[in-house]
Amino acid sequence: MLHEVALDVSGPRASARRIWAMVARYGYLIMGSFPRIIELMYWPLVQMLLWGFLQTHLARSTSLYEQAAGLLIGSVLLWDILLRSQFGFSLSFLEEMWSRNLSNILMSPLRPSEYIASLMTISILRLCIGLLPVILLANLFFGFNLFSLGLALAAFFANLVFAGWTIGLIANGVVIRYGMGAESFTWVAVFFLLPLCCVYYPLATLPAWLQPISEALPPTHVFEGMRALVIEKVFRLDLMLIAFGLNLLYFSAAYLLFHYFLWQARKQGTLMQIGE
Amino acid sequence: MLDTMATQKLTEQAAPPINVKNLVKAYGEVKAVNDISFTIAKGSRTALLGGNGAGKTSTISMLLGLVLPTSGDIQLFGEDITKHRHRVLHRMNFISPYVNLPMRLTLRQNLETFANLYGVRNPAARVRDIAGELRLEELLDRPAGTMSAGQKTRAALAKSLVNAPELLLLDEPTASLDPDTADWIRTKLSEYQAARGATLLIASHNMVEVERMAERVIMLEQGQIVEDGTPAELLGRYDRETLEDVFLDIARGRRRGSGTGTGEQRNDEALERVGNAS
Repeated sequence: MLHEVALDVSGPRASARRIWAMVARYGYLIMGSFPRIIELMYWPLVQMLLWGFLQTHLARSTSLYEQAAGLLIGSVLLWDILLRSQFGFSLSFLEEMWSRNLSNILMSPLRPSEYIASLMTISILRLCIGLLPVILLANLFFGFNLFSLGLALAAFFANLVFAGWTIGLIANGVVIRYGMGAESFTWVAVFFLLPLCCVYYPLATLPAWLQPISEALPPTHVFEGMRALVIEKVFRLDLMLIAFGLNLLYFSAAYLLFHYFLWQARKQGTLMQIGE
Repeated sequence: MLDTMATQKLTEQAAPPINVKNLVKAYGEVKAVNDISFTIAKGSRTALLGGNGAGKTSTISMLLGLVLPTSGDIQLFGEDITKHRHRVLHRMNFISPYVNLPMRLTLRQNLETFANLYGVRNPAARVRDIAGELRLEELLDRPAGTMSAGQKTRAALAKSLVNAPELLLLDEPTASLDPDTADWIRTKLSEYQAARGATLLIASHNMVEVERMAERVIMLEQGQIVEDGTPAELLGRYDRETLEDVFLDIARGRRRGSGTGTGEQRNDEALERVGNAS
């Protein structure tokens, strides 16, 4: 017990060490469980097959889908980027709740901002594990190469992941504040976007009164941008910049909200009981 | 400027590990902690003793910064814990049987995670050292969830010592352990405290533990401090032979010096109370 213990307590190096600690902690969990890895790929694969076959059918009977091969399958893969980035962010957090380890984490020198950074990192890792094989299979089965979107894909990816983190941050804050009774919110939070952000149909399909609400959502601009690229072969940088601006605004608001919920939980004294 | 920084550094070094003033935690109308003040000296072993709902866990949670006080001050090593907790968290740690380590991670993965969180520069070496000291080498590559209760407590002890804390907060550290394992844990904690000059604050209602480990006892009742002294002083004040008798005197509202110090008398009094109640 008398061994000398040197500590890095402040500065970027110490901060990076704490973020790495949490990323490694979640990495151990994923890599130590084969079913978890399969689970990451399972649903994106089912979705890809379902929509891929539907697209194949529509391409034979509808001129739009004949001209714009990959429209549906592109939509479903991009939707999964949004969905999986939020799940990856929130699930890692829920792991702490399920294992009743959150108070250990929160009483350590890890800062909330560092914790959020680690959740973002692990969310991207989970996304890669889950989606990369499915993207490759989409090319194999249906001839749709998501990577052929090139730099546009990077812009779509960044905006969708950013939006997923924002929803994840709010959902985690709600669970911290209200406990495990609010866990189901984490699973359903992202789905309110599904009809509103025009994943499978153009913005013009929505009634006029709903369109401004849809336009206030960053993913709408990504899906509109994807359709412009696939159908008109045009990359709409303006849409990507609007999406990025909105994401920045909403993520900042979500960051403040998460801190507010954490402060409320400390005030109400619920952190020690969390997970029970 | 340098003088100011040096003075601040000296003040931090001289500041007691824990200094609590007029601390209150209210949940609505209920005051879990009701205006308590105490200072814990460096290198001391203090027990927070009290029955269920006396305010021990609320106090410990506020010291850890997990719960915000309704009013009052908490200074740890001279820092206000409600405002600057991240300046001192690396100097302290916590052990409780009610807080788990992630079950699917191996003990080594768990300990390395916490070593990194606390900024330990060579986590692998620290984990190896502490596993050796706590006889955990053979368990290092086992998932925490497959360990027995005693092994889990030893693992939690390793986690709580991974950053060699100057201040260790313990919430019923040996709850639900067999006497042999509980004794082993107490021995290790005492050895650590003596070797490092660390400060221990133990929340407990286990009298054996308190008598064995604490040189000072702060007794809480309904969120207030009702006694504060060495175990010998408390025994003298209540004219009792064991801290358990003192505890029961306080819990049952008897005044100082009213006891005879025998378990037999205590049983008679308890039976009398039951008889009166019925």
